Formats: sequence, structure tokens, C-alpha cells
Amino acid sequence: MRANCWYGKTMMSVEEVPDPQILNQRDAIVKITSTAICGSDLHMYNGFLPTMQRGDILGHEFMGEVVETGREVHNLKVGDRVVVPFTIACGNCFFCTQQMFSLCENSNPNAWMAEKIFGHSPSGMFGYSHLTGGYAGGQAEYARVPFADVGPIKVPNELSDEQVLFLSDIFPTGYMGAEMCDIKPGDTIAIWGCGPVGQFSIRSAFLLGAERVIAIDQVPERLQMAEQGGAETINYLEQNVYDTLMEMTAGRGPDACIDDVGMEAHAPGLIFAYDRVKQAMMLETDRPHALREAIMCCRNGGTISVIGGYGGFIDKFPIGSVMNRSLTIKAGQTHMQRYMRPLLQLIENGDIDPSFVVTHRLSLEDAPYGYDIFKNKKDNCIKIVLKPDWTGNGNGGAVKDDSYTVVH
Amino acid sequence: MFGRDETSFRSSGSRGANYSVERARPGLPSTSAKRLAKGLGWFSIGLGLAELLAPRAIANISGVSNKHTGLIRLYGLREIGSGITIFSQKKPTEGVWSRVVGDALDLTSLGIAATDPQAKLGRVAFAAANVLAVTTLDVMCAMQLSGGSNRGIHAKGSCVINLPPEEVYSFWRNFENLPRFMRHLEAVHDMGDGRSHWKARGPAGTEVEWHATIIADVPGEVITWRSLEGSDVDNAGAVRFERAAGGRGTIVKVNIEYNPIAGPLGAAVAKLFGEEPEQQLDDDLRRFKQVLELGEVVVSEGTLFGTGYMAQRPAQPPSASELEKAEMLPSQTATNYGGSEEGLHGRAAGRGTQ
Repeated sequence: MRANCWYGKTMMSVEEVPDPQILNQRDAIVKITSTAICGSDLHMYNGFLPTMQRGDILGHEFMGEVVETGREVHNLKVGDRVVVPFTIACGNCFFCTQQMFSLCENSNPNAWMAEKIFGHSPSGMFGYSHLTGGYAGGQAEYARVPFADVGPIKVPNELSDEQVLFLSDIFPTGYMGAEMCDIKPGDTIAIWGCGPVGQFSIRSAFLLGAERVIAIDQVPERLQMAEQGGAETINYLEQNVYDTLMEMTAGRGPDACIDDVGMEAHAPGLIFAYDRVKQAMMLETDRPHALREAIMCCRNGGTISVIGGYGGFIDKFPIGSVMNRSLTIKAGQTHMQRYMRPLLQLIENGDIDPSFVVTHRLSLEDAPYGYDIFKNKKDNCIKIVLKPDWTGNGNGGAVKDDSYTVVH
Repeated sequence: MFGRDETSFRSSGSRGANYSVERARPGLPSTSAKRLAKGLGWFSIGLGLAELLAPRAIANISGVSNKHTGLIRLYGLREIGSGITIFSQKKPTEGVWSRVVGDALDLTSLGIAATDPQAKLGRVAFAAANVLAVTTLDVMCAMQLSGGSNRGIHAKGSCVINLPPEEVYSFWRNFENLPRFMRHLEAVHDMGDGRSHWKARGPAGTEVEWHATIIADVPGEVITWRSLEGSDVDNAGAVRFERAAGGRGTIVKVNIEYNPIAGPLGAAVAKLFGEEPEQQLDDDLRRFKQVLELGEVVVSEGTLFGTGYMAQRPAQPPSASELEKAEMLPSQTATNYGGSEEGLHGRAAGRGTQ
């Protein structure tokens, strides 16, 4: 089959690799009909995640048709149309039985690697370095899906791929980011980062009852999409974020802040240079500018929800602000299996149509081109869907759609 | 999930505090051996610096030709490395053994240097005598630190399993199950009467066998065993099962002790190749948990050849030939799936490719 493989920093190549097959009895093989490039794929593309191997297949947002099932998979059958969550969870262990699926104790065979960096290991994940398992990813024609009786959910044929594809990661992730804010009537939620996850946090915050959402980014088309979702926006290149937020909230600050940016934050001025240099010198692995700012801006007693991806260690963490002002920090990889069915229900009800976020549709063959325009925010790129059954020409000469449909 | 009464829990907890599965643990090295090791460490660093900074003087003193200064500098780095290893280890066994290896290298080099027509034989012999004296000290110290030939490697590990102690105990008590998650075990045959025959893969493709007997066996609580005389590898083990508080399953604590093949030097070499006993036990316990909670060992594409850093392969599907070479495949480890042929190759339906 064809698969998008990692060969080093900013080096992707679509290659011919063996077809996947059942290895564990709870596996299923899925023929992929749609797969996406995620912001967190860029951490590997940019070389910020350790334990990558040349030839690793990336991709953790995919859906398709079940073509084969292991002997212990009883809830799926060949031909079922499913969306696959990016976290791999066994369903049997201590954490799975408490619905904390992204902390599954059994799904990461390389747990020892994660223990060295994180102290303990999260669950296994598709196409996300060897320290989360070394599982082949879903930017391919087929994928092997472990614990297929726990992860994938069946989706109705009336809904298009693009309406349900993002149940694989960014919709539940954005939603969990908002849910961790414990939103109460009247709340103002500030959201750093208007990438695809940020867009879903904005809409989820409203779905969960927020009064106002203030979204922060620098990319005009992303801010525009945020506004279409009902958010007020701040362009941090044009306005001082702290001052503007205080002005907008009468000096009190937002009730909760979501970090939808993660370890590769950008910021104007010296502090960005400081973090970039420290990161380049391996003195810190992550650039936490958004997180620092979110903490300083949050109102007393508020909540910081960290859903943007971090990989290692940061510097100049304002713990004094957290402690003295009774802030709560919540974080986590998304407990996917907890959210997929309820959120599918929202889509079926017409409360949200996740396809609004798609700006580019490319052939799988054009994945390397897709990484380039996504990383460098060329061509107003916000979200790319890859189609394994399209023919590509290597430069993304495929359909582009810039008429966003915003349903809020 | 599991019925449990408070009193039984408390009593097992207090017994946990008193029971020591570590009582068979080899004695720690004497403080004098450690002190000697420190002295040797300083000696390494001193000599290393001299070799690195003044290789000509060293060549002159030991009567070898001046043209070997590059090699002497290299040996200096090696000495400094040994010194640093000694100081960075709590129990500097490997550091001192690395000095022994270095001594052997020095002696060989001096022997070769003596054949050089430019060599001053008297000085070379004097240098060799000095190295020999230090070698004796190094070997003595290393042997003491390694605890001599009758003391072995000790590894301990623990995990929590989401099942009641009785079930976890009975799975382990059937020793024939152990190769399903212990990567180095090939087969265990229960001969009845508490006796069993074990077959394992040693380092570098060797195969070792031994007979073992159960020493203590309390259902649901503890099993200890040790090898009988005439074993290829003397070893002993203890596993303890405790009911975790709040119905959270079973805490499993394992202690394993063995005399490595080829003695402490063999152990040090094995460590160099990533066979760290404690890490090995941790990996085995992770698989033990998977086999009990899920019925088989979980594999990813990247870990078909093992979970060690060097054992990783790219996260992409294996070819048929790679799959044949794969270790610890679920088909070999499953508890509830029966025949391995079907386990691995049995397809439900669909594509007949590959």
C-alpha cells in the first residue's frame, strides 16, 4: 500500500510499504477513505519529538471501512464505516475503566521510553513517535487498528466523511479543552491559538454555555474563521494581549483560558527569541509563550486548560501567579473514547458541522506538499484532508475550497 | 469489582511490611572495597590527565617510542572515562572492571612496544611491572565489588493488575505460563511435586537449562523458588501478591536473583548490550499485565522485535519475512486464543493480499 513516511526533519515521502495485517486478536484493518494532517504532526515534521525512526508512517486522524477483524472483535464487521480515535486504549485497565482512555496502561509497548521523559506513560497513539508505542499511522491506504472493539465508532452513511472525520481527534480535543474550563453561565473564555483545535474549542465553549469567547492568533484567515464561529478576536501582532483582554473584561480577566497552541508557540519580541534560542540549545524543549500569557491573563481563581501539545520541559513558568491567585491547571491528551459518541450525536442533531474547518483536499500522494503549506501557512491553509483514492501530481493540484460553512 | 473485607486487607498489609523477599540478597560490597575503588578512580583521572597532556613524558618514562603519543592520548581519555565511571556509580563495579580491561590493553601495548627497536627495554619492563601491580589491585577490588563468584545479580519490580490476587497467583503458579511474558524463557515444564525444568536463552545465542524447586507456596499470596544443584545458572525468585486497597486489583512484587553466565564480567558485557536486569524484569511485568488483563501481549509495528531502544523498527507494517523473525508475537503469548497458526494468520475475511 501507499503510506506517508517520515524520513527526518521536514522530510516526508509517500512510499510503497507492506499492507498491514492482524497482529493482536482485537485488531481490525481499516481501508482509509479520509485522513487528515494534524497540528501535532508538525511537531514531528519540525523534528521536535524524539524517538522517531526513518520510515515511520505518520497520521492519527483517519476513518474508513473495516476490511478485516481479529477474532475477538465482535462489535464490528467487514464493511462497517468507522472513525478511529487517535488514542489507543484497551478498555480493561484501571484508567480505561475510569474513562481516562488516553492514560491506558496497556496500549503503549514502549512505555519505558515515555517513563524516562514523563515519569509515567500515556496510552499508545497512532503515528506519533516510538515513545507513544511505535504504531503505524493513518496517512496511508490501510491501517491496523488495535483494540478495535473499544476505539472506532460506526458512523451513519447520511453524514459525509468531512462531517465525521474530525471525531478522530480535533473536535473531541477542542471540546475537552472547553469542557475542562467547567464553563458556567456568563463565563468569558479566552482561547490561545485559532488552528483547527482552537476553532473547535471556540465552538465547543459556546455549546457548553459560554457567554463570550475571545480568540487570540496572528493569522488573518484563522481569526476570520474564529469570528465566523462567534468569537471576538485579538491579533497579538497588532495588540498587546494582556492589556486588550483586561480592557475587554473590565480588568478582571477571562474566567478560563485554553492553551490550544502548545510547544511551538510564536510571540512578538524578545521573549520569543529567548525561548527559540533556549530550544535550539536544548535548554528547554518547548516554547511555552501562550501558556505563560494565559496564566498571567486568567482571572483570580480561574482555570487554565492545556490541550495544546507539549513534549518536554519549559522555562520561566509563572508558578507564583498560579499559586497566589488560586488558579487551577487542567491538561491531558484527549480521552477520545469518552467523547466520540456524544459528539457524533451533536453532529447528527445539526448542532455543529465540523466540515467548516477544511480548507484543502489533497491526494494522499500530495501529503508532503500538504505538510509544507500547512506548516508555513501558505495558501490560507487551515486544515487539510488527504484522500487515498485520489490521484495526485505532487504539488497539490487538487480541489481547494475556501468557502467555509460555519454552523454555530 | 472484587469482594474484600477490611480485616483481611489490613493483615495482608502488615505482613507485607514484615516479609522480606530480599533476605537472600547478596551482601553489599564492603566499604573498604569502595574506598579502594575511589582511590583507583583518582589514580585513573590523574594518569589519564598526564597521558592526555604530557604524552611525550609518559612515553619517555615507560621507554616506548615517541611516535605513539596519539595512542597514549587516547589511552588517557580511556583512563579518565574509567575514573568518571567509578565516581558516577554508587557501586562502582563496572568502573573498576573497565580498569581491568584497560590494564590488559596497557600490558598488550607495552608488549608490542617492547618489540620496537627504539624501545628502551629496561624502562618498558619497569612500566609493565607497575601496570601489573595496579592490575592486581584492580582485579581484587573488582572481585570484591562484584561479590565474588558466589553472589549474583538481583532485580526487583512491581506492577498492579486489575484482577483479584487468587487469579494472578494461579496464573503465575502455573510456571508453564511464564514464557508467555518472560522474554528470555523458552519453556518451563512442570514436573510435579513442586519441581520444574526451565529452558532459557542466555546472552549471545546461548541456551541454558536448570531444574527448580518451590520453596514457599501460599495460594494467593506468595511463591518462591530456587534452582537445584547442577544448574547452568544458579537462580532464585520470589513473587508476592497483595490485594490493592479500594478494590484496585493485585499488587505484584517480584524479586529475582541469578548468577550470570561468565560471572560479573559477563553481566557487565550483557549490560553494555542493553540487557539491564531491572529493565528486563519491568518489561516482563508489563507483558505479564497485558497477558492477564487482555489475554495477549500487545505489539505495535515498531516493537515486533522487542521494546528495547535498539530493537525498534520503523512504525510501518512488517513484510512477511520480518514477521517470521518477530519475537513475543501474540500468537505465542495468548492465554485464550489457542492454536498459534490460526492466532497469527487466521483472517476473518476481506483482502487476501500480502
